[in-house]
Amino acid sequence: MSSEWPLWEIFIRSQHGLAHKHVGSLHAVDAQMAIRNARDVYTRRNEGISIWVARSADIHASSPGDKDALFEPSNDKVYRHPTFFPMPDEVKHI
Amino acid sequence: MYAQMVDTGVSKVQDVAQMTPEERAFQDRIDADVKVEPKDWMPEAYRRTLIRQIQQHAHSEIVGMLPEGNWITRAPSLQRKATLMAKVQDEGGHGLYLYCAAETLGVSRDAMIADLHAGRVKYSSIFNYPTLTWADIGTIGWLVDGAAIMNQIPLCRCSYGPYARAMIRVCKEESFHQRQGYDIMLALCRGTPEQKAMAQDALNRWWWPSLMMFGPPDAASVHSAQSARWKIKLLSNDELRQRFVDQTVPQADYLGLAVPDDRLAWNAERGHYDFGEIDWQEFHEVIKGNGPCNRERMQTRIKAWEDGAWVREAALAHAEKHAARERHAA
Amino acid sequence: MDDDPQLFDYMLRLADNGIVLAQRLGEWVGKGPALEEDIALTNVGLDLLGQGRMWLAYAREIEARYAPPGRGEDALAFLRDGGEFRNLLLVEQPNGNYADTMARQFLFDQWHLMLLGALAGSKDARIAAIAAKAAKEVRYHLERSADWMIRLGDGTELSHRRAQDAVDALWVYTGEMFSVDAIERGLVAAGVAADAASLRDPWRSAVAAVFDEASLAMPGDGWMQGASGRGGKQGIHTEHLGHMLAEMQIVARSHPGARW
Repeated sequence: MSSEWPLWEIFIRSQHGLAHKHVGSLHAVDAQMAIRNARDVYTRRNEGISIWVARSADIHASSPGDKDALFEPSNDKVYRHPTFFPMPDEVKHI
Repeated sequence: MYAQMVDTGVSKVQDVAQMTPEERAFQDRIDADVKVEPKDWMPEAYRRTLIRQIQQHAHSEIVGMLPEGNWITRAPSLQRKATLMAKVQDEGGHGLYLYCAAETLGVSRDAMIADLHAGRVKYSSIFNYPTLTWADIGTIGWLVDGAAIMNQIPLCRCSYGPYARAMIRVCKEESFHQRQGYDIMLALCRGTPEQKAMAQDALNRWWWPSLMMFGPPDAASVHSAQSARWKIKLLSNDELRQRFVDQTVPQADYLGLAVPDDRLAWNAERGHYDFGEIDWQEFHEVIKGNGPCNRERMQTRIKAWEDGAWVREAALAHAEKHAARERHAA
Repeated sequence: MDDDPQLFDYMLRLADNGIVLAQRLGEWVGKGPALEEDIALTNVGLDLLGQGRMWLAYAREIEARYAPPGRGEDALAFLRDGGEFRNLLLVEQPNGNYADTMARQFLFDQWHLMLLGALAGSKDARIAAIAAKAAKEVRYHLERSADWMIRLGDGTELSHRRAQDAVDALWVYTGEMFSVDAIERGLVAAGVAADAASLRDPWRSAVAAVFDEASLAMPGDGWMQGASGRGGKQGIHTEHLGHMLAEMQIVARSHPGARW
């Protein structure tokens, strides 16, 4: 039996932030576990006060932004899943 | 580094003339510093190389929890115990972010873990050395995390978006790791003669393996050149190693510890430290599986994974039952 | 205060539960059943260690009042022998499998949260403040451990059996949580300590509710280890504590007077 836990996308609203931001992903068996795991994995340094979770499989994404015809738009599903880590303000060299 | 000797699957760097139009467009985007995202077209060799590199990196974080975890239960003060627990926990988090980044390339975490356990994918050679005294914990933080961060900061600018973003998060969290290691060394070096001797002994054992972390000399690596072209390796092995030596020697001086290398000397002309020859045979043996702790590390990881199987299955089984009951109720 | 030695002893009871259970959870780091779970369990350990240190800091102040200067947290954690530790027998039990660890955690967390709730009303302002802070963390510990009892109890046949076996084996150590000896009786009368006996019924109902959802059977109340005033709170432990302390204290004790 495959016991791989499904993948979830995690969105966190920080104290200063206006909206929930994608912070990363994790594995969990259901939404409740995903929220709890998100607290432990993504708010170890008090990064957030509100957590949203969504199954990666349920996230639909637009096609790649590039207009170049060589990069043909594929389907609207994320290829496995996107990991849109926000750029922390502290990191200046990006 | 954490991903040493990543096989790119190419025997020489691809020439522009040999590229297909897609490949040329891809390379142009990389040259223009446009990030590659999961849904974008990418050459298969790029995708495969990234999977290997990111998962080696992730495995290194996870296996790297073991030598340090070895001292959580024996940390000599409550403050040190709390710091070490938090640090090893961070390594777990970093492994998790990296596995997720690799998963965007179409490989599942369980498949990567299976590759690790079957010996198909390596992890950093450094974690196959034993942690014998408390000073090893200080030395790992100081040298190993110091070496890792040198490699990871440039990777924040690598061409693959999810990997770069994972590295940004890792670097942000890791800033305290090297400092906590150096702080342990400071306490030992300012302590009793026995503590100071413990610190020197740890440096003696970890110095050379730390230099090996950066991987083989540039001249011996065709893969590095292709990876550099793809911007998934931004500085060369030798460049990083030199930088590490230059940065670390004065830190050792400050501690009053001797770097175990007779040939170590400041070269005013080059503006760098010269240092002795690395024992590459030892490096290749450790990579092959013959380091002091290779077998033990893998056995521990495999046991943890297998012992946890029934727990993971139970959680899934309950979630399915629970969902079925909710559907029934609705 | 006249009862400072008693109060000091009571602080050790609170502190040692945290220190000892955190030590056990520290053994799991890097070896959990899933990466997410490894990280989460370590957070619980870190919380408990932090709470233990807060209680020890107050213990030192109290000890300093009648035996100055009072021992610091590391002297208390690393230089006391097993017989001087005041933790419950439950928290020193070995990790076993994940069901054993989670059952130990759940039985303790449910009690711990109720105890801290009572202590938040202590007449001693320091105790009340530490308890209020710790309760916030423990509420989350309980959510997680109760959740795991349900997931394991209601999961597979194997996980159900392991969860039930774990509960059955640990049950004998639960009675001690509600025992009140002379030291606690005096402090309860003074409005400083929590009356542990009064927590028994609410604890039983709360545990029963979770077991019901987990389809786990509530064990019968037979003989309880350490509940007769000769248990962990009085320094009479199971054999496990000595081994744990031997490991925990080895470095600190090998270098008397050293700073780390």
